[in-house]
Amino acid sequence: MAERTKLKKPELLAPAGNLEKLKFAVLYGADAVYIGGQKYGLRSKAGNFSYEDMKEGVAFAHQHGAKVFVAANIIAHNEDFDGMTDYFQTLYQIGIDAVIIADPAVVDICREAAPNLEIHISTQSSITNWQTVQFWADEGIPRVVLAREVSLDEVQKIKQHTDIEIETFIHGAMCMSYSGRCVLSNYMTSRDANRGGCAQSCRWKYDLFEDLDGEENALFEEGDQSFTMSSKDLCMIEHIPELINAGVDSLKIEGRMKSIHYIATVVNSYRRVIDAYCEDPEGFQFKPEWKEEILKAANRPLTTGFYFNNPSEKDQIFGLPPKMAAYDFAGLVLDYDPETQTALIEQRNHFKIGQEVEFIGPKREKFLQQIDEIRDEKGNPLDAARHPMQKVKVKVDLPVQPYDLMRIEKEQEIIKKKHFLT
Amino acid sequence: MGLQTPELIVSSGSLAEVEKLFAAGADAVTVGDERHALRAPGHFDLAMIHSAVQLAHDQGKKVYVLVNALLHHDHLEGLEEYLQQLAEHEVDAIVFGDPAVFMTAKRVAPQLGLHWSTETTSTNYRTIQFWAKRGATRANLARELSMREVIEIKRYSPVPIQVQVHGMTCIFHSKRKLVSNYFRFQKRYREEREQPLFLKEHVRKEQRYPVFEDLHGTHVMSNEDLCMIEHLGQLITSGVDCFYIEGNRKSIAYNCQIASIYRQAIDAFLQDPQAPLDPSLLSELQKIQPKSYPLGTGFYFKEQVYWKRR
Repeated sequence: MAERTKLKKPELLAPAGNLEKLKFAVLYGADAVYIGGQKYGLRSKAGNFSYEDMKEGVAFAHQHGAKVFVAANIIAHNEDFDGMTDYFQTLYQIGIDAVIIADPAVVDICREAAPNLEIHISTQSSITNWQTVQFWADEGIPRVVLAREVSLDEVQKIKQHTDIEIETFIHGAMCMSYSGRCVLSNYMTSRDANRGGCAQSCRWKYDLFEDLDGEENALFEEGDQSFTMSSKDLCMIEHIPELINAGVDSLKIEGRMKSIHYIATVVNSYRRVIDAYCEDPEGFQFKPEWKEEILKAANRPLTTGFYFNNPSEKDQIFGLPPKMAAYDFAGLVLDYDPETQTALIEQRNHFKIGQEVEFIGPKREKFLQQIDEIRDEKGNPLDAARHPMQKVKVKVDLPVQPYDLMRIEKEQEIIKKKHFLT
Repeated sequence: MGLQTPELIVSSGSLAEVEKLFAAGADAVTVGDERHALRAPGHFDLAMIHSAVQLAHDQGKKVYVLVNALLHHDHLEGLEEYLQQLAEHEVDAIVFGDPAVFMTAKRVAPQLGLHWSTETTSTNYRTIQFWAKRGATRANLARELSMREVIEIKRYSPVPIQVQVHGMTCIFHSKRKLVSNYFRFQKRYREEREQPLFLKEHVRKEQRYPVFEDLHGTHVMSNEDLCMIEHLGQLITSGVDCFYIEGNRKSIAYNCQIASIYRQAIDAFLQDPQAPLDPSLLSELQKIQPKSYPLGTGFYFKEQVYWKRR
């Protein structure tokens, strides 16, 4: 039993804010992606998918052996039930593999509307113990996403006591509160956090006082950092073996709002770690370059969240978060001509002759490339690629292929990477 | 008219307070201990719960015990025994949020009433139907609902519904120890503060949010005390079954006065639904209201926006 659990390769589940990101997530190694539809999700600012996009996304993912989940994890109000039955029926017809739901009301509606559509219980339900997992198992639910507050020991215990699939977050931004138990945004801005309106009020600045019989006594001094409730971002890249050994079935990356470069880099790094460990658990050794890769796309300093202990002040961000992502996404490879050793690149950020760039791709090792020659589509030489989405031809030393990414180190400040590696 | 008399429930922090709240007109109290309850105003061990139940039942009143924490495994241990003991002490109901508590109670203490209360996530009637079908006997609604939504929920709810009518409410619950973390980050203040703490927004400095830490992490409370004294008639007419007053962070004297004011307002309305609220009740309430806690009507008459309306 223990042996089998150990060898089971978990699913790597990635966010996809739109169709293009879905394709990158799948190509860079995700076994499944989760997306938002036009309704009932919590990311009103993410691209979100029309039914047409969903169809194309499902076709693309299935063709590559990957699954597509749709988040419908609002905490519903009465008015939200309008159209919900049609919505789930349509998702089922489109071939969506599962929906992610937080509200039992929505679970009921989905089950009535599309009995064969698989339901996963969202992290918004804040499931923190095995008995609650068992409750959902008894309800016929095949998978739950655990609360981010659950430790590795607790995950292990949950797996020991229950036999439905367990999904946990391994990477990305974290709510400060128990998910679903925060309405700061509602009270401070009238925007409903549990229906996609979250204004991230937790990351605002506050001052802390004590009330001395009606007198306000400030618990800070001039020049002190404000009281903020901002978490560092979760990163479990160095602890994948522990999660696999605990029996986690799906490893989830947060970030439907994140860029293509972020998705590709983070997904690819985790893909490599999971594959390396499952290939040879005994001989596995963590390579620092996997974490260095993550840092090239990181938005905030990183933490292991609740997996190993209750987070302290060291897991929070006070004051301005340091600028993290050291690299810009410079261009997307559209095509490659082996005869002239030239890549056709769609520009995403300024780059120029003389700079060093890095090519990454889903299927091979990254490499550094000195930019010696840039030409426009007609073949005229350029000194730089200045315009977003401009198509240019760049000489490369090694073959590249469509969906490879070209990135460039930011000039303004070279991040002291070691600081964040500890 | 056939109006139903709503139950008036007040949270209570001590036996002395329970006694006084009953005298002031409360029909029921909620009590709890720190291990199982979220934000109970005081600690009630089993002996105290026993006494509270005796006090209550002698007068035909009720005691509800808060077992509404989000439980981690270490707090699941002993849960069966605790629920059995609550049933043995003839507690009228428990208030639960975590399905683990619900399942355990149904198994080991089926005679206990089960009040479903997930705080911020009890927002619609279908969810209530879900829990009622499985055995919940009452639903405590989220505070972030409009009057229209409350009335609609009442219409479709198969079990009695409870709404908060007065006091502060929790607007943020983290497992992290955010106040202690801040003190440690500053390296300046001792961590254990005796006095109540609050946060102020940097931008809108007049907004004060009480904040405190306990076994379950950090809780941030609303910047206003809910006060529905002027709208009880609408709630009663709509058939809302239970009115809750949150007594957390308030003195016994204040809570008893508030309970008494609401008692009088409810009784007066039932006696003569056409008569306006006695203005002296409102002015008395305003007089005892601490300056640092402004009164408001929460979301009863306020629209919220979200993605759908963008």
